Amino acid sequence: MCLAIPVRVETLLGDDQAIVELGETRKQISLALVDNVAEGDYVILHVGYALNKIDPDEAERTLKWFQQMENADQEINRALETGSHEIR
Amino acid sequence: MNKRNPFGAKLNFNTGVVEMIHGAGGKASSQLIDQLFVAAFDNDMLNEHSDQAKITLPEGQVVMATDSHVITPLFFSGGNIGSLAIHGTVNDVSMSGATPLYVSAGFILEEGYPLKDLKLIVESMAEAAREAGVAVVAGDTKVVEKGKADGVFINTTGVGVITNGVDLSVNKIQPGDKVLISGSMGDHGVCIMSKRANIGFESNLESDSASLNWLVSDMLSQVPGIKYMRDPTRGGVSAILNEIAYQCGVGIRLEEDQLPIKEAVRSGCELLGLDPLYVANEGKLIAFCPAEFADQLVDTMRQHPLGKDAAIIGEVIEDENGFVQLQTSFGGSRVVDWINGEQLPRIC
Amino acid sequence: MKYVDEYRDGKLAHKIAEDIRNLVKPELDYYFMEFCGGHTHAIFRYGIPDLLPENVHLVHGPGCPVCVLPIERIDAAIELAVRHNVILCAYGDMMRVPGSNRASLLKIKAEGADVRMVYSCNDVLMIAQDNPDSEVVFFAIGFETTTPPTAIMILQANNMALKNLSVFCNHVLTPSAIGTILESPEIREMGTLKLDGFIGPAHVSTIIGSQPYEYFAEEFQKPVVIAGFEPLDVLQALVMLIKQVNEGRAEVENEFVRAVTADGNIKAKKLVSEIFELRPEFSWRGLGNVPYSGLRIKQKYRHLDAEYRFVIAPSTGKENKACECPSILRGVKKPQDCKLFGKACTPEMPLGSCMVSSEGACAAYYSYGRFRMA
Repeated sequence: MCLAIPVRVETLLGDDQAIVELGETRKQISLALVDNVAEGDYVILHVGYALNKIDPDEAERTLKWFQQMENADQEINRALETGSHEIR
Repeated sequence: MNKRNPFGAKLNFNTGVVEMIHGAGGKASSQLIDQLFVAAFDNDMLNEHSDQAKITLPEGQVVMATDSHVITPLFFSGGNIGSLAIHGTVNDVSMSGATPLYVSAGFILEEGYPLKDLKLIVESMAEAAREAGVAVVAGDTKVVEKGKADGVFINTTGVGVITNGVDLSVNKIQPGDKVLISGSMGDHGVCIMSKRANIGFESNLESDSASLNWLVSDMLSQVPGIKYMRDPTRGGVSAILNEIAYQCGVGIRLEEDQLPIKEAVRSGCELLGLDPLYVANEGKLIAFCPAEFADQLVDTMRQHPLGKDAAIIGEVIEDENGFVQLQTSFGGSRVVDWINGEQLPRIC
Repeated sequence: MKYVDEYRDGKLAHKIAEDIRNLVKPELDYYFMEFCGGHTHAIFRYGIPDLLPENVHLVHGPGCPVCVLPIERIDAAIELAVRHNVILCAYGDMMRVPGSNRASLLKIKAEGADVRMVYSCNDVLMIAQDNPDSEVVFFAIGFETTTPPTAIMILQANNMALKNLSVFCNHVLTPSAIGTILESPEIREMGTLKLDGFIGPAHVSTIIGSQPYEYFAEEFQKPVVIAGFEPLDVLQALVMLIKQVNEGRAEVENEFVRAVTADGNIKAKKLVSEIFELRPEFSWRGLGNVPYSGLRIKQKYRHLDAEYRFVIAPSTGKENKACECPSILRGVKKPQDCKLFGKACTPEMPLGSCMVSSEGACAAYYSYGRFRMA
């Protein structure tokens, strides 16, 4: 449900309107649902309205999460139990 | 001897509009044909002002194709209904391997349509025809009452000849053959959609509408063994690949990482919830060739301006169910389904 | 495209899939329901099932507001366009949804009704202004993500004193649907539907926050992980769910931290409560009557409510008897278990709600996954 996409706020137009950009495409949308949006911020766009701002720090944290070795503990334990030196 | 001028004042292309009398077959019709169509297309056969063109064709298999064009909007970035009409018919003929030579153009005009815009359309057609090396040698004009047409409807029929003995056929396609595309997909569809009211977004995208006959000619003269070609239009690449897979009783496996898609098309599709595989093209072709010639073919295509983004996008596989599959960049796979109509923008 | 492409990286996907393989206990089977149609779409579009170990099963829930709209509501919209001659504005998703007798908005448009597809409800305001002599009705659908835009539009219509505009409101609430699934006999009593946790909806959660899911985690002892919209988000959420199951936890966790907070979008929530109130009950296709699950327009704005402006005849639309949507929507059965699937019921000729929208379990499976069956 809810096809929504992160877009960059390029130009604030006043009256709660803004031009946003996504990969060489631009669109005018409403910022009426979000406060304190600045040019350069990223928002989630759904049916012509920004729903929320994207937090860049949390976005970075999420990417780092993906890259972490999830099971390092289990692997080490398994290696110790079986006497195997192989840690994948 | 002075020839009398029966028409009086010249047609006012600045402020004039199409009227019912322009389609009635009388003097007004003649004036429109003479001062607009014949003037723009300008060739010996048309200059004869007959109801038919006597043409002589070179030796070889004769190929014919027809198309009717009812698009909205009539003008878009990169072209209009006129240039689109010529490109479309030239391409249909060229896909057989034939050299396109002659085109006919039938117009259904809406009463009240500005002559200024009609002139732009017809002149675009003339330019497109010149570039493709074809002549518009026959035509017809009718006018319908206001509200009964979307400004302009055009039918074009093209005739060409296969002069080089090439024999392209869908029945030659076999598992193991490679599938190639001449360039980025979805440009035309996204370009048109960005102009539609109630959707409107801005993009620098231009329609890819173009005549492919010179590219085809290079491909056929330099690479042996090309089996079949088709130009994807409405319904996108998915529509023709599904048709071909079904016809031949084979499967087609595409590689998502190899599909050439412009950034502006990707983002336009993301905004609307569309898949570029289903979005219209107007200046691209799909080619099938044996695996051993695929690299040579893609290199040949890339030498031509209309093929600079050509890519090998997949291969034909055994599959009597005729599915078109996509290997995703994740390594998973999914079906590229044969949908019924047009993909509509979605919010969910 | 920033904040999109990074979350679709194929190499990272394989790495996270490897994490999943290393985390799962081979003696267990894990069943997770994704509630959001967008997640169903992402799962099939990227071929995620191919990356998962065999003991991780994805169950598709009723996360598609188009699919769960009852046939009577479609019939009502059709009636507004045909009998009351309104200009009916609707999102693209609604155009092909079949009502009774296989009528649809697209079909009646072909027969002359003035049906207009819009991308944003804001466009409806302009249509009303451009057509002052016609009645314009907006066919509003969607979960909590789509409701705030409708609220703004109603507020603006009110401020502009537009006399020819009204809204046919079909907005529904996510937590109610989750509750209904969890309350179903298959889960509560019979234990025949195995469900170990939920992948929580992405964009609904940006509005309602993560807090509303706490009730379900506690009451039903099932973990909920709110996942972002992209495939890597879904995979990472599975990692988090599997860990919770392994550790015997039932908590609400948030993978979509870049856009979801505990409280959500307070401004949007306030706006919605200004315009809308809860209906005592609302019928969901496939789930039956669900209490306090739908919204209607408040008294103060009733002059903009299409159900008050027009008298709409009650519909007699009925579902096909062989349709397994009620079971499929609740995850009890799979699309292939339905006799009609792929034969009488296809995306071109959908009989039930699961096939109707591209987000529906049956439609997604038909479009993306059925070649595995062949």
